[in-house]
Order: sequence, then C-alpha cells, then structure tokens
Amino acid sequence: MTEMVYCYDGSFEGFLCCVFDSYANREVLTAICRDEDFIPTLFASRAIPTDRDHAGRVYRKIVKCSPWAAELVRKGFLTCLPDREIHLYRLVRKLLREGPGFLGNLSDPVLYPVARAVRHLEGEAHLLKGFVRFSDLGGVLGGEIEPKNRVLPILRGHFCARYLNEKFFLYDRTHREALFYAAGKAMIRPLADFQMAPPDENEAAYRLLWKRFYDTIAIKERYNPKCRMTNMPKRYWNTMTEFQDESYFTARSSPAAVSDPGAPAGIPAPGTLPAPGPSSPGSAP
Amino acid sequence: MDVLEKLTILTDAAKYDAACTSSGGSRTAKKGYIGNTSTSLAGCCHTFSADGRCVTLLKVLMTNRCVYDCKYCVNRRSNETKRAAFTPEELADLTINFYRRNYIEGLFLSSGVFRSPDYTTELMIRSLRLLRETYRFNGYIHAKAIPGAAPELVEQLGFLADRLSVNIELPSEAGLKALAPDKTKQAILTPMRQIQARNQQSREELAKYRHAPKFAPAGQSTQLIVGATADNDLHILRLTQGLYDRYRLKRVFYSAYVPVVEHALLPARDVKPPLLREHRLYQADWLLRFYGFRAQELLDEAHPDFDPRVDPKCSWALAHLDFFPVEVNAADYESLLRIPGVGVTSARSILAARRTGPLHLENLPKLGVVMKRAQYFLTASGKTADGLRFTPDSLLRGLIAAERPLLPQPPMEQLSLFAAV
Repeated sequence: MTEMVYCYDGSFEGFLCCVFDSYANREVLTAICRDEDFIPTLFASRAIPTDRDHAGRVYRKIVKCSPWAAELVRKGFLTCLPDREIHLYRLVRKLLREGPGFLGNLSDPVLYPVARAVRHLEGEAHLLKGFVRFSDLGGVLGGEIEPKNRVLPILRGHFCARYLNEKFFLYDRTHREALFYAAGKAMIRPLADFQMAPPDENEAAYRLLWKRFYDTIAIKERYNPKCRMTNMPKRYWNTMTEFQDESYFTARSSPAAVSDPGAPAGIPAPGTLPAPGPSSPGSAP
Repeated sequence: MDVLEKLTILTDAAKYDAACTSSGGSRTAKKGYIGNTSTSLAGCCHTFSADGRCVTLLKVLMTNRCVYDCKYCVNRRSNETKRAAFTPEELADLTINFYRRNYIEGLFLSSGVFRSPDYTTELMIRSLRLLRETYRFNGYIHAKAIPGAAPELVEQLGFLADRLSVNIELPSEAGLKALAPDKTKQAILTPMRQIQARNQQSREELAKYRHAPKFAPAGQSTQLIVGATADNDLHILRLTQGLYDRYRLKRVFYSAYVPVVEHALLPARDVKPPLLREHRLYQADWLLRFYGFRAQELLDEAHPDFDPRVDPKCSWALAHLDFFPVEVNAADYESLLRIPGVGVTSARSILAARRTGPLHLENLPKLGVVMKRAQYFLTASGKTADGLRFTPDSLLRGLIAAERPLLPQPPMEQLSLFAAV
C-alpha cells in the first residue's frame, strides 16, 4: 500500500468517497483535505470525485458495524477538530479492521480525539439551545449564533419542534450558513452575508423587558462573576440580548425594515423557502 | 403601573427562590401549540445571572401582596415595599413572547398569599389555564402550591403545571413557630403528601390509558433556607433524605439566607449569606441522589456540620481510609462511585472500557476521572501514580489545594462593582 493525500469537495458524501476510494485503490491516507485548502506536498495526491452511491455504501457498512460509530462519524464531521477528516478516516479503518469492540473504551487512542470533539460539539449545541436569542421580525423569528462547531444540524430538530407553527431562521456567523424553517419544512443553506434588521417598537419593548428581568433576578449579595463565566463562557455573550448595549433596545424604523417587514437582506420574504440548491455539506446522506 | 415596572417588582420579590429547572418534563411538540419540553434529561439553561445561577424559567410572583408576616421574607405584610400584581393576560403575554424569542423554557409561577391561600391559588389557576388553553402554550410550567389551599385547587393546579413545589423554608418546627407564625408544619406537609399520592395515581392511570391526564409529570420539589435558624447540617440532610424517601421529591433546593430585615431572631443585616455551607449541602444532596450515600454516613452527632475545607465525599474518604485504595479494574460500580474524583459518567466509562482490556493510570483522565483527587484513592493494574507519597495530614492538604481554585474567593470590592452595573 502507498501513502496518499486525498482531496475532496468538502461535503460529507465526498469524505465517505475518500474512504471508499482508499480501499478501492489500496492506499493508506496521510491526509484528507478540501479542494480549496490543498497545498501540494511531497506525498502523491488524488482528487476524489463525489459519488453518492459510493458514499451510501460506506455509510451503510459503518451503520452495520456499529450505529453509534456512524453517529460519531456523522457528528464528528461537524466538529471543529483540526484535521477531523483524517481522524474520522482512522476511526472507520479501525472499525472495519477490528470490529466495534474497541468503541467501548473511550480512552482508545483512535476513538478518544473523535469522541472528545463530538462531546464538545454536543456540549456547545446543548448550551446554544438555551443561549440562542430570536427577534420577531414582522412575524418571522430570526437569530444569529457564533459557534465553534457546525451545530445547526444538531439544533434543527430541537428548534423545529419548539416552533412547530412559526417561521424562523438561524444564522451561523462562523460557518456562514443558515437554518430556515417554515410550514413544517427545514433546510440548511450556505449564506455568505447577513445583516439583522433593526427592531420595531414591539420587539424593542420585549428586549427591554428581558434585559430588566435579567438584571433584577440576580441577588447582589451573591454576586459571583466567575461562576457565571464558567457556566456561560463570554464567547456566547456576543449574540445574547441581555449583554447588548443601549442601541439594541431602541426601535429604529430603517427604510429597509419598513418596505419589507421581517425580511432582512439575503432572507426571502416570510412564508417562502429558498430555492432548493445543493444540500449543505453538513447534512448526512 | 406598566408591565415593565410590574415585572421589576415581581421579579425582585421572587428571586430568593432557588428552584429554576426544567428537568423531568416530557412534553413533545403538539400541532397548533407552541413549545416542547423534551430537550434532554438535564433541562436547559437560557442564561446565567450575575450571581452565577441558572435562569431557565420566567420566575415571577403573581402578586407580592401577602397576608402572612414571615420574619425572613421580603414580601411579609409588615415590610414597606412596593406592591404589584400581574393580570392573567399580562402574564400569559410575557411568557409567550419570552418563549418565542427563546429567552426562557417556561414559567415559574409563585405568589404571595393574597386574601387567602384559596383565592391566590384560584388566581394562579386562572392564569395558567389562560396560558395553556387560550395561548396554547406547551412549554414548561412550575407552579407553587400555597400551603393551606383546598385540595381540589391543588389538584387543578397539578393538571396545568409540569412541576409543583411547596416550600418548607425553615427546616424545623421550632424555627417555623418563631419566624413564620402563620404557617404550620401540617399545612406544608399536607399538600406535599397529596401531590405525591396524586402523581402516583396519575402514573398508574397512564399505564392503563394512554391519554389519561398527567398530574405534575415532572414531580415536586421544595426549598430549605440555610442559615436563618440554628439548624445544623445533619438535621437538614436527614430531613432531605426523609423527603426523598417518603415524599419521592425530585429535588430539594437550598437557599443561603440573605438577610433582608433587622430582627432579633434572625442573623444581623451585615452577615454574609452562608454560600459555602449551601454549596456543601448541594454536594451532599448529589451524593444522596446519585452516589448511593446515606445521610448518616456523611454526618453524625459527633460531626453535625460539614467540613468547610473539603467536599463531603473527600471528607467521607478521609474518615474511611481503610476502604481505599480501590482497584479500578476489579471494583464494582458502587465502590467506584465512592472514589473522590470519580463521578457517575466516569464510573460508567470505566466499566465499559475495562471490558476491552486492563486499564492503566494514563487511561483514567481520558475516561473523565479527576486525577488530582482520585490519585490518592485508587490503583490501576496495581499501580499508583509515580512518586506519590502521602500521610493522612499531607493528603488533607493536597485535597484542600485541589479544590481551592474552584471555590469563589469573595473580595470586598466586588459589591461596589456590582452596584455600578
């Protein structure tokens, strides 16, 4: 077997195809990188075309070996683990070589980095279930987050169930993609640029009510900023209503908001979903 | 009075209640309704206030008018404070609009006793019914049962709420007599018993009929005030254990008493709330609920209070050094849980991992074991950490040093910092 670097299109299917082709070509991979991140090295490289059929075969095989491993691979692909593709590739290789027995041992050197990254992803998603803040933009709920991991596919089920009869979108600033939900349908689409519309009077009033509630509920004799920071790291504060400055709580009727209520730039009018495009790289096959 | 001012007054009056969880709820999304409460077993914190406490629910009082005159309470009749009351519509509107914006997981509704316990409970029922039926709210509701209210009203409240709670507040009858002359132990325990029996009955009905109405499906909880009376930790922990055993409570909350009034029977105004003591009680509470400890193992008549220097589990371990070291490859689950630095998750990980092969010391941190504490109390494949030498004395010092950075250090300036916010 020869050592190789594979390049793929950045989608989950593309990654599974790298696994498929490494077996088909009898090659051991030293790195897997996205087409746009590829830097020529001393190792031989190969560009892997994405074939949904191959991806499905690899995924079904992993599920057959261990459904939990399949979940790890699917979720592991969403994490911010550096070189996550090669870690996941090694996990799949070990699974196919040895069977699922080693998965019980969380301290296994191949499993540990993936399991830890997935725990980080799930922890972040769990915190964000609470920390996400929506604004009512003329009947459509809109929110923004800045997560380290790609949490939108994890959050999708939760928020769709919670706001079953609402229309909402949630924009991920870090990965420049958004989750849209309307009329029982949800989808995740890349979105290069996004600006939240300013609040109308009603929205500003509820923001202020919440800020007041937040400030009042604290008992000053128990002031404990360290405990707060441990439970709610500062990197989440950016998108949370209660930590915004004064301008966030005053209603502004900008021309854009008046002419098209609830539809900030880049977001289609309420009630319509964006045109179907290529599926987001985050979604599972 | 506008809603903003009412919210301020009624939040300020409700903030001393410690309970703010949405755990145990099991409302899945329903068509035509807003909300679900099935996120996970652990509940969902929506923010943390400046005192580091989780904010999950919109925690407010229906009204802070009160006919009682409990000495420890800010809302007592004799206190000169602004009074306000929400209308059911205002409350429902606030809840729905906060919920839609994902500020909260639901409503925590408590109340001062306005006119009579029955009248207050009826007011609460009216608000909750409006919220559930007209506003079609399917999120979490925690309602406070007012001691002395008619059983029929408590029953109605239980079908609207996910969790009910009756606050015991003062851990002994003597304290109750001295500080809350309008309340009796009987008046507090009667609704608790009723809620437990009705909850049990509802579970049995649910097993027979799938659509039987659920009575307080997330169970009941209570709160004890720590530091207002002279009750020691042993007394409080025994009471807690009795509540878990006999009343099947989901949680007992502890609230360090914050002096709000000058009174001969209460700690002076300048006494700091006993936060460390409260912390130790919570640690012990976890040991009772998840680690299989009993109150009499942790404290006895000779040591009726917790050691402020080390946590209750370390304290127990120091008193039972003959139990250790525990060999992680051989010990059963219950023994693993007794090791300081090993928790429920890491004990389970150890059980799963050792099926694949013998465990060594270097595996343990990856399984979630906190070696700073655990290293003194365990062996892995017969080995302890390299160069680990200790006497009971240096062991105690090591454990104190391991916990110190985790505890809050309260310097005086911080109060003024808060005032500037």
